[in-house]
Formats: sequence, C-alpha cells, structure tokens
Amino acid sequence: MTLLKVENLSKEFGGVHAVEDLTFSVEPGHIHSIIGPNGAGKTTLFNLITGVYTPSAGRVLFQDRLVSGLKPYELAAMGMSRTFQNLQIFFNMQAIENVMVGAHLHLNRGFLSSFLRLPAVVRGDRECRARCTELMEFVGLAKYLDADAASMPYGALKRLEIARALAAKPKMLLLDEPAAGLNATESREIDEVIKRVAASGITVVLVEHDMKMVMGISDHITALDYGRKLAEGTPAEVRANPDVVKAYLGAHA
Amino acid sequence: MALLAIVVAAAPIGFTNSYFYDVGVNAMFNAIVCVGLNLLIGYAGQISLGHAGFFALGAYGSALLTTMYNVPPIGALTISALVVGLLAFVVGRPILKLKGHYLAMATLGIGIIIHIVLKTESKFTGGPDGMSLDNFKMLGFTVMGDRMWYWVAGVLLILAVWLALNLIDSPVGRALRAVHGSEVGAEVVGVDTSSYKVLVFVVSAVFASVVGSLFAHKNGFITPDIGSFFGSVHLVTMVVLGGMASVFGAVVGAVILTLLPQVLASVEQYEAMILGVIMMGTMIFMPKGLLPSLLAKLKSREAGR
Amino acid sequence: MFAAFLQYLFSGLTSGAIYALAGLGFAIIYNASHVINFAQGEFIMIGGMASATLVAAGVPMPLAIVLALLISMAVGVALEKFAIEPARNADVVTIIIITIGASIFLRGATQIILDKEFHSLPAFSGETPIGVMGATLMPQSLWVFAVAAVMIVGLWWFFNRTMFGKAMLATSHNRLAAQLVGVGVKKVLLASFALSALLGAVGGVVVTPITFTNYEAGIMLGLKGFSAAVLGGLGNGGGAIIGGLIVGIVEALASGYLSSAYKDAIAFVIILFVLFFMPNGLFGKRGTDRV
Repeated sequence: MTLLKVENLSKEFGGVHAVEDLTFSVEPGHIHSIIGPNGAGKTTLFNLITGVYTPSAGRVLFQDRLVSGLKPYELAAMGMSRTFQNLQIFFNMQAIENVMVGAHLHLNRGFLSSFLRLPAVVRGDRECRARCTELMEFVGLAKYLDADAASMPYGALKRLEIARALAAKPKMLLLDEPAAGLNATESREIDEVIKRVAASGITVVLVEHDMKMVMGISDHITALDYGRKLAEGTPAEVRANPDVVKAYLGAHA
Repeated sequence: MALLAIVVAAAPIGFTNSYFYDVGVNAMFNAIVCVGLNLLIGYAGQISLGHAGFFALGAYGSALLTTMYNVPPIGALTISALVVGLLAFVVGRPILKLKGHYLAMATLGIGIIIHIVLKTESKFTGGPDGMSLDNFKMLGFTVMGDRMWYWVAGVLLILAVWLALNLIDSPVGRALRAVHGSEVGAEVVGVDTSSYKVLVFVVSAVFASVVGSLFAHKNGFITPDIGSFFGSVHLVTMVVLGGMASVFGAVVGAVILTLLPQVLASVEQYEAMILGVIMMGTMIFMPKGLLPSLLAKLKSREAGR
Repeated sequence: MFAAFLQYLFSGLTSGAIYALAGLGFAIIYNASHVINFAQGEFIMIGGMASATLVAAGVPMPLAIVLALLISMAVGVALEKFAIEPARNADVVTIIIITIGASIFLRGATQIILDKEFHSLPAFSGETPIGVMGATLMPQSLWVFAVAAVMIVGLWWFFNRTMFGKAMLATSHNRLAAQLVGVGVKKVLLASFALSALLGAVGGVVVTPITFTNYEAGIMLGLKGFSAAVLGGLGNGGGAIIGGLIVGIVEALASGYLSSAYKDAIAFVIILFVLFFMPNGLFGKRGTDRV
C-alpha cells in the first residue's frame, strides 16, 4: 500500500507557480528525499502536504484518503507530523514542554479535567513527561531536560522539533532541512537519528541540501526544479540522471 | 499559592476600618478578572481591549435578573455567566482569526459597543444614571458588609488562582501556551488552535462576568462606566504591569493598580499623569512586567553568588 | 427627503475628513514603525485645546494656530523619543500599553496645564450657513474639507516627490534595505511622529469651531481614526482616507435615520463586520504566512 500519493499538485502565488503539476508517491517504511535547488518548491510542497497551504489544483492522498483541504491538526490526528525549516519552537515554554505539546493528541484533553487537575490528568502528564524525556534522550537532548527552549542553541532546537514531532506518534514524519545550519558532527548525529526513526517503522519524507546525507540514507529520491518533477528513483539513478546533474549538482560544482 | 492564602488571611490585621476592607475586596475582584484575562493575554498571547464589557454584562445581567425577574442572585450570576460565555463564543470564532492590532481593534470595538448599549438602553439599565440592586443572598444567608465580602473575595481569588495554575500545567494549558509560541507549530502536532483560542477567550470572559455580578451585588449600585474602554485598558494594564504569563503577576498588578488611586488621593489631579508614567515606565524598563522581572533579578543575583 | 439626506452627508463628510486625517496619522506611524499609536487622538485634542486657549488669551488666530501645530508636533517628537524609541522591538501588547499610557499622561497633563472646561474657536469665516439644495452647509465644514484635501495632496507630494518622503516610504517597505542605502531610520521614526502629530493637530484645529473640545475629546476621535485605518487596511494611506470617510458618512446616516444614541457605536459595528469577512481590512495586503 502506498502511504502518500501526490497527484497533479499545483500551487501558485500571484501567478508564480511554486509547485506545478507534481505527481509522486511515498512508500511506507521508506526514507524518501525531496531534493532540488533553492526555490524549487520543496518547502511549499511540504506546506501543501501538511495542510498549511491549500493547493491551487491537484490532490493529496494519505493512506488512500483524500486529505487536501484538511487542516494541519486534522492531518496530525491521521498520523502526519513535521518539522520546519524556519524553526517553529514554542520559545515561551520549557524544552520538555515543547515535546509534551507534541503528545497533545494522546493526552486527556478535557477542559474540566484539566481545570480541576483530576487524577487522570496528573497520571497522564506524568507518563507523558516520562515518554517525552525518553524522546529527548533519543534525539540527543538529554542535557536540555530542564532547559527553557529560549536558552537552547540552534542545533539543539532542530532536534527539539524532531522530538516534538515524534511525540505525536506519527506514521509519516516530514523533515524540512533538518541538517541546515549544523556543523559536520551535528549533521552526522541527525543522520543517525533519522535512520533510527526510520528503523522504528516511521516513514520519513526528507527535504535536505546536504547531498552526502541524502544519498547516504534515502531509499527513494524525487528531484524538483522550478516546482516540477525533474527525476526520481533510487539515489544511484538520480545521481546518474543528466538533468539532475545539470540543474542541481551542476550548480554546486 | 500558600503564600497568597497567608497574605489574604493576614492582610486584615493591618486594616483599621471598613474602608480598607472595601479597597481589599476591589483589589481581589480585579485580581480574579486579571487571572482570567492573563490566561488569554499572557499565556495564549491574544490581546483583548474589551473585557470590561464582559465584566459590565455580568454586573448588569445580575442586576436585571434579580430586580426585574426576581431570579435568586446565584441563579442570576450563573445565567449571566452562561450568556456572556455564549456571546464570547459567538464573537470569538470570527475575531480570534485576527492577529495583533486587528484583534486589538475588534475586541476594543466589542467592548465599546457593549458600553454604549448599556448607556443607551435606559429602559432596562437606567442609562448613564445606573441602577441599584440588592445584597447577595444564598440559602437564606446574606453576604453584606465589607468584611464578609472580603472573605468571600479572598476565597474566590484563591480558587481562581488554583484553577488557573491547574490549567496552565495541563495538556490544555500547554496547548494554549503553544498557540502563543507558534500557531503553525502547534497545529502540525494536532492542536486545533482556533478552538483553543476561543476556549480561553470564553473562560476569561466568564471570569470577568462572574466577578462583575459579585461586584454589582457588593456595591449595590452600578453605572455603565464600569464597562468603558478605559475599564478594559485598566484591566490589560494590570495584567501587563504585574507580568504576562504569570498568575501571581496578574494578582500583583491588580492589587497595585487598585491601590494606586487610594495612595494618590492626596494628589488627585496628578493621578492620570502618574498612572500614564507608570504604564510607560514599566513597559520600557520591565517589558516582562514587575513580578517576572523581579524574580529574574533575584535568580541572577543568586546565580552570581 | 433628499435635503435631509444631503444634510447627513455633509455632517458625515465633515467628521469623516477628521477621521481620515487621524487614520492617515495612524498609517504613517504604522508604516514607519509598526506601532499603533493610541495617543493619536491626543494630537487632535492638543491641537484644538492649545489653539483655543491661545486665542482666548488674546493671541491672533493665525499665530495661535501655528503655535498649536508646533506644540503638537513637539509632543509627537517627544513621545517618539522618550516612550517609543526606548521600547523598540517590544511586543505588540507592550507597545499598545505604552501608547495608551502616553495618551492618559497627555490627557492628565492637559487637564492640569490648561483646564477641564470645553473650549471653542471662532469659525474661520463667519457662521452664515450656505444653502445647498435645501440642506445647509456651515462655512467651517468647507474649511474642513479644503484643509483635509490640502493636507492629503501635500502628503502625496511629500511621499512621492521629495527625497525624504521617498526615504520614509522605502523604510516602511524594507527597513534593512533602507538602512543599507543610508536612510536614517531614527530620523524617519521621528519624522513620522511629527507628521502624524501635525495631521492630528490640523484636524483638531479646523474642527474645534464645530464640535468644541476638552481634554477628553481625543479618546473617541482617536479610536475612530484607528477604525478608519484598520478599515482601509493598516498602513495603506489611501485606504485610511476612504476608511475615514466611510466611517464618518455611515455614522451620520445611521444617527440620522436609525438612532443618534448609537452614533458612536456605528464605527465599531462597521469595523467588526468588515473584519469578520476581510481580516486585513478593505485594501490591506493579503499575505500567506511564511513558515
């Protein structure tokens, strides 16, 4: 079964096609990377898949259900979770609370029980905190367990977003440039985290500029240019594709 | 929390006459409204410049229902709170889609419309002259006199603080704070941000309405000006002055701004200027508000040792 | 029938012109600094109060008006220098409280320095009403229209034809880029407050012969100006002018045909209604949030 299907998807902003007639699908269990030069429409694509933007045309199917037009929180409830290229951290909260917000869907959200601090809420929060602690350790943030998000360095915040997204127990995790702005060591660590996430059975869709990382961990790659699909296939196939070399790798050489 | 209870219980030791109790009750009433308003402004990050309107609706709801329809006070208080909650729910849906200054404008508009309606519909409200109402009676027991009100207000304040603290450290409260931090960040992990914004708007409006009802009974007489734009500004100032996103900060801010006019009574004509300077000064030098700024200072001093 | 309508229209246009000037004041400051200046109404009040007091003290009217405008501009500059500048980069709520604090301070100061009484100015060119198709128009209303029109044209010229005006516009579009090409952002901020104060004060001076003024007169005028600015779309000068006229006219028609008691509520009913359907005002930029 295909987990995610994108069919003829388009998005225009005032006449500019950020994504145009794009079709591809993501198989469950894969690490699927989306690559392309700056402005190729990768982040717009993520925003379309996760419901942040509504498509101008085309549709998105998640687990064979039509999901374009749904709100991000509805998609989250169906098992889709993501991180952002421009961090969307809750800087007014502690690091662990950021992760606990990620677990929102799996907690007792009754207003009155929260207001009165019923024992069930207290118990749920205790369990949630324990699980979120594990998640922070999993992404390598053990030393920030008591930190305020506002006091953490950039690299740590990128992991914090991953931990938050994982706390939602997604079936599919979309990572928007998780290694951007990180040094080589940090990149390699993120690389490890992604592999472990995939190994735990979560499908990963990855937008990344770090070619070494993409080629190293991806099962499947879709290459974009100017909002259109340029090529797709295994890392080896995409690397060998002359269009990709010209449009993307060539630009970097 | 325990400290607050002690302060509330111990303050009357210094009260030499009933005037102190009167000011104390007003301070605590304002504090309750601010604890509710702070959930909206400080925690969820949504401004309202119209909450005095909800306060006034609670007050007038109680006044109308008890005097014209002989509804018992507790029933009138509950019905008013329900109606205000419903109103907040209905207007909250569309206006909480707005952000920043647009939201400020919309809430300000709602407050002003409520104020003008109360002033104009003199058939029901007595217009600018105001209307009077009876003591608060419940189960054959009458709350009257400043002392008795003081203890009622004290208990309610502690209850309000307890509820607010519960809420903040719960799944719902974290979702609210996440809305402040990043709406889209909260959405993608399953937080229905617009519903939460409406929820906290309703909760803060109900807080204001309930206190409005009690205030009306305590004072025995109300005028539409309790719901004026200035009233709303006063409430927001209390919250911001004491410290946004700090339950106790809101209490401190409310107490300070309620006491201020009493302290300044001797220089009455300068009151407005001094209030203005305090508002500007705190915001410029302590943008996080009094309590959080002081706590941060204490913390850094301890760390320095 | 028609005469009554015309009468309401005249009165709506008169107050609409004042709201438009106030709305423009909001827009100019908003563009330069993204601050909503809740003390905008106080500029109107100061313009009216200062000129009226000076005239009453025997100062010739033209001189009194010039002085009142200068006083108001000085207040605007001082406000920026001492209250806004030190709090740059603060939250929206923080800045709102600061400007509201400033407005309360200015009201308090006016009350002490001047007084709490109502003041008026003599009409600029007599009080003989002009008949227009059955309705009457006060000469002072013509002054209001003309002065507002002159101010608007003058502003247009300033922002489109002078170097400094263009620099101010550039700053509002992209602060960093403006800084890079050498526009002094601080100077732009100061100028925006001075200009807004001037606009407000001019409105205050020309309308005082019609409406009277006292230390509290600025509150409602300021809030209506704010609704004009929001209605037109924050930061859109043309929008603020149209917004002001709409608010003024609808208000006058509603108070004529529906209920005069609800006159002041009308502006806010319109604004709520518009914001429900157009969250960025009538002519505001519609942006997709970038994430």
